[in-house]
Amino acid sequence: MRGDLKSKGFKKESMLSTTFHRLRKNRMAVLGLIFIVAMGIIAISAPLIAPYGYEEQDLYNIFSKPSANHWFGTDSLGRDIFSRIIYGGRYSLQIGFGAVALACSIGVMMGSLAGFYGGKLDLILMRVLDVMQSIPGLLMSIAVSATLGSGIGNCIIALSVSTIPGYARMMRATMLNIRDMEYVEAARSVNAKDSRIIFRHMLPNALAPTIVQATMGIAQAILVAAMLSFIGLGVQPPTPEWGAMLSEGRNYIRDYPHLVLFPGLAIVLAVLSLNMLGDGLRDALDPRLKN
Amino acid sequence: MIRYIVKRILLMIPVILGVTWLIFTIMYFTPGDPARMLLGSDATEEEIVAKQEALGLNDGYVVRFVRYVKQVFVDFDLGNSYVNNRNVGTEIAQRFPYTFRVAAISVVIAVLLGMPLGIMAAVNQYTWKDNFSMLLALVGISMPGFWVGLLLSLLFALTLGWLPASGVGGIAYYILPCLSIGVNGCASIARQTRSGMLEVIRQDYVVTARAKGQVERKVIYGHALRNALIPIITQIGTMFGIQLSGAMVAETIFSIPGIGTYMVSGIKSRDYPVVQGSVLYVAIAFSLIMLLVDLVYAFVDPRIRAQYQKKSKRKGGA
Repeated sequence: MRGDLKSKGFKKESMLSTTFHRLRKNRMAVLGLIFIVAMGIIAISAPLIAPYGYEEQDLYNIFSKPSANHWFGTDSLGRDIFSRIIYGGRYSLQIGFGAVALACSIGVMMGSLAGFYGGKLDLILMRVLDVMQSIPGLLMSIAVSATLGSGIGNCIIALSVSTIPGYARMMRATMLNIRDMEYVEAARSVNAKDSRIIFRHMLPNALAPTIVQATMGIAQAILVAAMLSFIGLGVQPPTPEWGAMLSEGRNYIRDYPHLVLFPGLAIVLAVLSLNMLGDGLRDALDPRLKN
Repeated sequence: MIRYIVKRILLMIPVILGVTWLIFTIMYFTPGDPARMLLGSDATEEEIVAKQEALGLNDGYVVRFVRYVKQVFVDFDLGNSYVNNRNVGTEIAQRFPYTFRVAAISVVIAVLLGMPLGIMAAVNQYTWKDNFSMLLALVGISMPGFWVGLLLSLLFALTLGWLPASGVGGIAYYILPCLSIGVNGCASIARQTRSGMLEVIRQDYVVTARAKGQVERKVIYGHALRNALIPIITQIGTMFGIQLSGAMVAETIFSIPGIGTYMVSGIKSRDYPVVQGSVLYVAIAFSLIMLLVDLVYAFVDPRIRAQYQKKSKRKGGA
C-alpha cells in the first residue's frame, strides 16, 4: 500500500507485482519456490523419470541397500524406493494442495460473509466455528477420516474440515478491518451489488494473510496426511504415499533403516520448501515485520 | 476474577454439548457395525441381531442421542467399552497420568530449548546466530514428529541401546517420546519468541531502559521479553492442550498406554462409547487449558489484570 502512495502519479504497481519483487530478493523463499515447483514437475512426469514402476517387484532383490541400480534401495517386496517416492509425490502433493484449496474456499466464503454482514449470521457462523475448534484439529481429521474411509478424496476432506475455522476466522477479521474503508463506501455509493463489493473490491484486498496461511497450510496438510496414513487411516499401502511407505517400513527399521529414512526425507524436503516460501511471502506482504 | 472464571466455565457448557452432538453424529454415520466387528466372522445372523439389540444400535438417531446425553450429563457415566466392557471414565482416569507426564515433559523441553533459541535470534537479528537458529527452527517445524521419533528410537534405543525403545517405567522411558514431540514444539516456540521479541525490542520503553543504564540482561528479560510473552504463552498453552488429548502417534510408536492409543484403537474398532467419551474428555481438557492460559495472561500482564479488577468493581458497585 505504502509503495502505491510513493509512486503516485506514475504507473501504479499492483500489489501482486510489488510482492513478487520483494519475494525475488529473498533467497530462501526463491529456493523454496524452486524446490516445490521442481517436486511438482517431477511428480507429474513420474513415469518418465522413475527408473522402475511403483509396483514393480523384484523378489530376488528384496531389502537391498542403496546402490547404483536402486538409489534408495528396495523394500520388502523388492520395489524400488526411489521410484516409489517419485510416484508418492503425486499423492502427497495432491492431498496437500487439494485439502488447502477446499478448506480455503469454504473458509474464505464463511469468513467474508460473516465479516461483511455481521449480526446474526456472524454470530451463528462463529458459534459453529467455536464448536468445531474445541476438538483439536488433528483429532477431528482422524475422526472424519475414520468415518469416510481411506482414499485420496476422503483424506482431502478429512484434512480440510479441521482447517476451515482458521481460514474463516482470519478472513472475518480482515473483512471487519476493511469494511468501513472509503473504497467500500464508494462502491456502495454507486449502488454496487453486495456480491460485487465482496468479490471485486474487498476480497482482493483481504487475501494477503490468507495466501500466507494457505502456503503454510499445504505444508501442514502434507505432514498430517503422512501421519494419518502412518496410523492406518488416510491413504493406505500399497499406494506409494510417503506416510504409508513409512508405516510399511517401520516394521523393518532395525535392520533396514533406509526404508524409513528416505520417505521421511521426502516429506521434510516438501514441507521445508513450502515453509520457506511461506515465510518469504509473509515478509514480502507485510514488510513491517522485517523492520 | 472469580466471576469471570465462573462465567467462562458456564460458557463451556454449550460448546461441550455441541462437541457431544458433533462426535455422536460423526460416529453415527461411520460405516462398520460394532456388533459384527465384536463377534467376528463366525457369528450367526441371529447372534449379531441379538448383540445389536443389546447394545441399543437398532434405535433411531434421536433416541440414541438423547439416551447418550442423558447418560453422560444426568448420570455422569461415559458408558462401557463395547470391546472389553470396562467403564470408559475409569479407563481414561487410569490412562491420564501417562498422557499428562508425556505432555508436561515435552512442553517443558520445548520451552527450555525454544525460548532461549528465539531470544538469542531476536537479540542478534541478522547475524549468523539468528540465521542459524532460525534455519534450525525452520527444519524443526518441517519434520514429521513421528519420523523424528522413529529415527531417535533407531539411534538411541536400537543401535546404541542407551534408552528403552518402548513401554512405560522410569523417567528413561519418557525421554524419546517427549523429545520426538518436543522438537516441533521447540521450533515453533522459537519462531514465535523471535517474532514477538522483534516487535517489542525497538519500542521506546526498551530504549529508555537502555538509556538509564540498565544491565542488558534485565533489559532483555525484564522489559522486552515480558512484553512479548502473551503470544508465546498462547502457543505453549495450545501445545499443552493438544498434547493432553494424547500424542496418538508418539504413543503408538513407543507403546505408551495413554489416551491417544485408547482413542485410535476405539476409532478402529468402532467402539462408540470409547470414542465419544475420550473426545468429550479432550474437549473439556482443552477448554480448561485455554481458560488457564487466559488467567496466566492476567498474572503476567498487569494491564490485563487491571481489566478484570475494573470489571468486577463496576459490577460490584451496580
